[in-house]
Amino acid sequence: MRLDVRFPIGGMFTIIGAMLVIYGLVSPAAVYERSLGINVNLWWGLVLLVFGLVMLAFAVRAMRPRPPV
Amino acid sequence: MAASGAKYGIMTSHFYWVGAMPAMVFVGLFMMPFYYGSRARSVPEYLKLRFDEKTRGLNAITFAIMTIFSSGISMYALAKLFELVLGWSFHGSIILSAVIVLVYIFLGGLTSAIYNEVLQFFLIVLGFLPLVLLGLKDVGGWSGLTAKLATVATNAGFEPGAWTHSWKYMDSPSHNPMGMEWFGLVMGLGFALSFGYWCTDFLVVQRAMAAGSMTAARRTPLIAAVPKMLMPALVILPGMLAIGLHASRGGFLPIGDDGQPNYNLAIPMMLAHYLPTGLLGLGLTALMASFMSGMAGNVTAFNSVWTYDIYQTHIRPGQTDAHYLRVGHAATVFGIVASVLAAYSATRFNNILDMLQLVFSFVNGPLFATFLLGMFWRRTTGHGAFYGLLTGTITAALHYGLTLPRGAVPGIKGGFLGAVLHTYPSEMALNFWTALFAWTGCFVATLLISLFTKRTKTDDELRGLVYSLTPRIQEGSMPWYKRPVTLGVAILVVSTLLNVIFW
Repeated sequence: MRLDVRFPIGGMFTIIGAMLVIYGLVSPAAVYERSLGINVNLWWGLVLLVFGLVMLAFAVRAMRPRPPV
Repeated sequence: MAASGAKYGIMTSHFYWVGAMPAMVFVGLFMMPFYYGSRARSVPEYLKLRFDEKTRGLNAITFAIMTIFSSGISMYALAKLFELVLGWSFHGSIILSAVIVLVYIFLGGLTSAIYNEVLQFFLIVLGFLPLVLLGLKDVGGWSGLTAKLATVATNAGFEPGAWTHSWKYMDSPSHNPMGMEWFGLVMGLGFALSFGYWCTDFLVVQRAMAAGSMTAARRTPLIAAVPKMLMPALVILPGMLAIGLHASRGGFLPIGDDGQPNYNLAIPMMLAHYLPTGLLGLGLTALMASFMSGMAGNVTAFNSVWTYDIYQTHIRPGQTDAHYLRVGHAATVFGIVASVLAAYSATRFNNILDMLQLVFSFVNGPLFATFLLGMFWRRTTGHGAFYGLLTGTITAALHYGLTLPRGAVPGIKGGFLGAVLHTYPSEMALNFWTALFAWTGCFVATLLISLFTKRTKTDDELRGLVYSLTPRIQEGSMPWYKRPVTLGVAILVVSTLLNVIFW
């Protein structure tokens, strides 16, 4: 069976996104001086997390057997 | 690409919207049927089926040299990144990148390569996007960037809009940073270089082999063209932002030995400037992914061309598969060692895209003329193709040896034949004209020699290899919006629109 390419993509970005969000929540504000004072880890982490989860959802949905029409 | 964004401004987008888009549509609509129909495993193999063994041999050799240079250039970029971010020595970084690629190729196959490429694509998009957004916000949006780049342009002695208009200043080579006028750009880059590159791209042929049907094979390059259209926003904009910041804040980019800013470091410097710990890791990974895929793809291509088209055909035919597999592994190791040498020669160029295009102009420029004649004119003969290809490459070498980009000394950058007949305003202008000369040389020579030599292949042998002898594809049962032609036209319309917007 061929692996649905959305699984590795979804999995990878979910993990990276979650890591960034957690780091964004605990890191001191001084880290974000260079990024114009925006907590980019938190916000971009959320973007990646959502993207990863959507990919995973699509992959899971495609795996379910379709009812015969 | 980002390096060119800094050096040449938005005109770099021509590589995508004038170069890659039309060429990829052409590949999908016209070339794919030949590749898919002939079941050739590589470009040299197609040349063997269409012409003869000697044409294949010549192309295999030039192709092998080209892949080594391409992978060497990626290796240089990766090593520079290690040097800059981790503070290692350049020599150590080169060796490390060589080892990583070696492991990567030995572990993977074609399937894993395709999976990797999809992953790398998303990684690059999602890794660079925050950088572009932050950079744009910092300089005050597109209008702020335009204002900063106006200073860059006037400092360099151009009109204020020279970095932010892709066509407006193309009336004369002295009005734009690339040093090109529209004719040389459209013919040299748009026609000879891009068509030559995309039509004979090793990955395209591989995909054609892996595709399940003719329609799927034709649709592949078309679908690949869609993200390519938007790539300038991710790869050229950071370069433009970097040079804008370099001018307004001073010393953003390190200065190289020749007194020019080192444009190759535009993206690494931007990453280090804007991204905090955390996201910086993602950005660096994205950058490494893009270099890694470039290197691995080229070394793999070198390996198969050497093994199938040179070794198996000319050196030791009729051996066991296991024997060829061992030769392939040895070729991979050799290819990586040769790439290391090419990487050191890349240190001589302040923009690695200049060097890459130079290599392409030698190999792809003439090759496209051979393909065009071979596919659409059944009278083209094997002798014509071989000597035409040879003439084209020699023309490129002569042109390169007799001309020089402005401000360079004769040597590796051209002019090595003693006399300098013409001086181009930039390296890129020299490359485009080299490609155009090579194409014309090959085209004329192939045409003339074919007329004076006998055909060696009958119409029957050329079935599926020449346009007029290939049955038309029937797609009547498919709804119009699913046909490759519709997709191709849509891509051309959008890239025309993009050209108009950034006029």
